[in-house]
Amino acid sequence: MSQEKGWKELVPGGIIVEAGNAKEYKTGDWRTEKPEVNLEGCIHCFFCWAYCPDSAVVVDSENGKMVGFNYDYCKGCGICASICPPKVITMIPEES
Amino acid sequence: MAKIMGFNGNAAVAYAMKQINPDVVAAYPITPQTDCVERFAEYVSEGLVDTEFVTVESEHSAMSACVGAAAAGGRVMTATAANGLALMWEIVYIAASMRLPVVMMVANRALSGNINIHCDHSDTMGARDAGWIQLFSENAQEAYDNLIQAVKIAEDMGVRLPVMVTQDGFIISHELERVEILEDQEVKQFVGPYQPRYPLLDLEHPVTYGPLDLFDYYFEHKRSQIEAIDCSLPVIERVGQEFGKVSGRSYGLLELYRMEDAEYGLVALGSTCGTAKETIDGLREKGKKVGLIKIRCFRPFPKEAIVKAVSPLKGLAVLDRSATFGGFGGPVFTEVRSALYDAESRPLTLDFIYGLGGRDIFQEDIATAFSRIEEAVKTGRVEKPIDYLGLRE
Amino acid sequence: MKPLEIRWHGRGGQGVVTASRILAEGALREGKYFQAFPEYGPERMGAPIKAFNRVSDQPIRLHCGVTNPELVIVVDPTLLTSVNVLEGLGEDGIVLANCEKSPAELRDILGFKTGKVVTVNASHISREILGRVVVNTPMLGALCRVFDQVKMETMLEAVRAQFGEKLRAEVIEKNLSSLKKAHEEAQVG
Repeated sequence: MSQEKGWKELVPGGIIVEAGNAKEYKTGDWRTEKPEVNLEGCIHCFFCWAYCPDSAVVVDSENGKMVGFNYDYCKGCGICASICPPKVITMIPEES
Repeated sequence: MAKIMGFNGNAAVAYAMKQINPDVVAAYPITPQTDCVERFAEYVSEGLVDTEFVTVESEHSAMSACVGAAAAGGRVMTATAANGLALMWEIVYIAASMRLPVVMMVANRALSGNINIHCDHSDTMGARDAGWIQLFSENAQEAYDNLIQAVKIAEDMGVRLPVMVTQDGFIISHELERVEILEDQEVKQFVGPYQPRYPLLDLEHPVTYGPLDLFDYYFEHKRSQIEAIDCSLPVIERVGQEFGKVSGRSYGLLELYRMEDAEYGLVALGSTCGTAKETIDGLREKGKKVGLIKIRCFRPFPKEAIVKAVSPLKGLAVLDRSATFGGFGGPVFTEVRSALYDAESRPLTLDFIYGLGGRDIFQEDIATAFSRIEEAVKTGRVEKPIDYLGLRE
Repeated sequence: MKPLEIRWHGRGGQGVVTASRILAEGALREGKYFQAFPEYGPERMGAPIKAFNRVSDQPIRLHCGVTNPELVIVVDPTLLTSVNVLEGLGEDGIVLANCEKSPAELRDILGFKTGKVVTVNASHISREILGRVVVNTPMLGALCRVFDQVKMETMLEAVRAQFGEKLRAEVIEKNLSSLKKAHEEAQVG
C-alpha cells in the first residue's frame, strides 16, 4: 500500500485524467500458456489481430505483416491459435 | 429596481432557470413539480433559452442524462419530487460521487405508500446522505433565490457538488405569492460563465468518469468527497452574502428569528418556519421568550452554527416533517441532538413529528410544541422525547 | 398582523382558482402582499372545491390553511345549502354569494344575523353578456363593493392581464362588462 496515494492527492470525483493509462497495468502474468507463431506459414490475414481481446498481436503496419505477440498483455486465452486459418499459431506451456 | 411578480414556487423556480439559461435540462414530470418543468419547457419552445431540453422516459433516465451532460461539460439542471427522486436514487449518488455540479429543484412530497401527493420531507430526507448539498426554502421567494445561489455554490471550484433546492410541495410550489425577481443581466452576472472541469467533450484531454474503484482507492475517494461537502459550508455562507449585495436578501446557513434573549427555541425547515415566526410573535406578546432556528442548509449539516444558536436555551423543540422508521426520532432531531452532545451546555430537546402527507400545521400546533417543551423543562420530566403534532390518537 | 383572509367556494371548472389568482394579481398591482392557493387535491369537474387568498400591507408569513376567513365568496348557489359556507367566519364576517336572493333572504337561509351579506345574480349577468355562465369575473366585480384593498379599476386591469394572452379581445371586453355590471347590481345588506 505504501506507494499508493492518500485521499488528499486524488483527482476529485475519482476521475481518471490520464488517457490510456491502462497500458501501465500489465496483465501478461495471468497466463499459463502462451502463443507462438511460425511466421513461415503465416498468410498475414490478421484474423489473430482482429480476434485478440487484448490487442496483444503485434503488426508491422508499414509492411502489413503480422510479426508476433506482446507478452506484457497477452493473457494466453488461445483465441488466436483457435481461429488461425493455416494453423501456424500454437499454444505452449508458459514455463517452456 | 426590483421587479415584483405574482409567482407560485414552481413558477419562481422555472423563471430562475430561464434566467440562468442552463445548457441541458433533463426532467420527467411528477406532481407537484410538473408545473415547473412545463413552464420551463414553454421557455424552451418559445426560444427564450438556449437549453437542450431532454424529454426522458423516467427519472432514472433524467438523472442519468444530467450526469452525462454534466460530465460532458454542460451546466445542467433538473427537478423532481418524491417517487421521482426515489427512482433516480442510484444516479443521485453517482452525480455527487463524480463531483458534478447539477442543480435540482425538489418539490417535497411524501414518499409512498399509500399514495399521497402532498408535502412532507421524506423524499429529500431519504436522500440526505447521497452527497448533495440541500437548501430548504420557506417560500416562493426563497425557492427563487436559493436556485440562483445553488448554481454558484455547486460550481465553486472548491465545491463542485450537486445541489438540491427544496420547496414544500403544494404549500409553496402551488401558492401564488409576491416574488421579487432580479434582472436577467444581474442573474447572469451573479452565476457567471460556467467553467467545466475535466469535460468529456474536451477531446484533447480525454478522461474517464466512473471507473471501477475497489478496495485500493474507493475509501480514499469517499474521504475526499466527505471533505468536499464539509468544506462547502463557508462557500454557502459567502454566496449567501454575495447574493445579498445583488438582491438585498442575504442568506446564511441558519436564519435565527427572535433568538437574542430566547429561553425556548424551535427548529424547523421549509414553509413551517413562516407560520412559526407568526406564532412566535404572538407568544412574545404574551411574554414568552421564544425564538426560531430555521435550518436553511441541512446538508452539509451546520453543526457549529446550530450548537452556538441553541446551547444557551433551556428547552428546544425540533420539528421533523418526516419519520425515520425504527430510528430514534426524525432526521433533524437526531442530527441536532447529536451535535449538542459535546456542547458545554445544552437545552432539553424534544422531537415533534408533524405534517406527514400534507397534514396542515397551524399556529396552535406550534404553540403546543413550545408549551410542551416549557412544561418538560419546568417539571424536569420528559415522558415522550419523541411525539407527534396534529395526529389523531 | 393577521392578513385579510378570503375563502372561495365553487365547483371544479367554474374558474374559482383563476378568480383567486386574479384577485392576487390585483393585490400585486396595488403594491400589497398576497397569497392565492387552491384547496389541493384531485381536480374533478363539478366537485365542490375551495380556494383561498390572503392580502396584507405586510409580508405574509403564514403557510397554513385559512380557517378563519374574514370574507367568504360563494360562486355556485347550490353550495349555499350543501356546504357549510359559514365555517370559521367571525361575527363581523362578510358573505358574498352568487344567487337570485336578496341579502335579507340569504341571511335567513344561512342563519347569519351579523356582519355583512352581499348577493348578486352573477349567473344571470354572465348569461346575458357572455352567453354562458362564467361567474368568476362578475364575482370579482361584486367583491369590489365590500373589499377596498383592490380598487375597481385595478381589478379590471388584473382581469385583462390574466386573460390577455388566452382570450380574444372581444371576450375579454365582455368579461369586463360583466364584472362592471355585477359591481353595480350587487346588493349589500
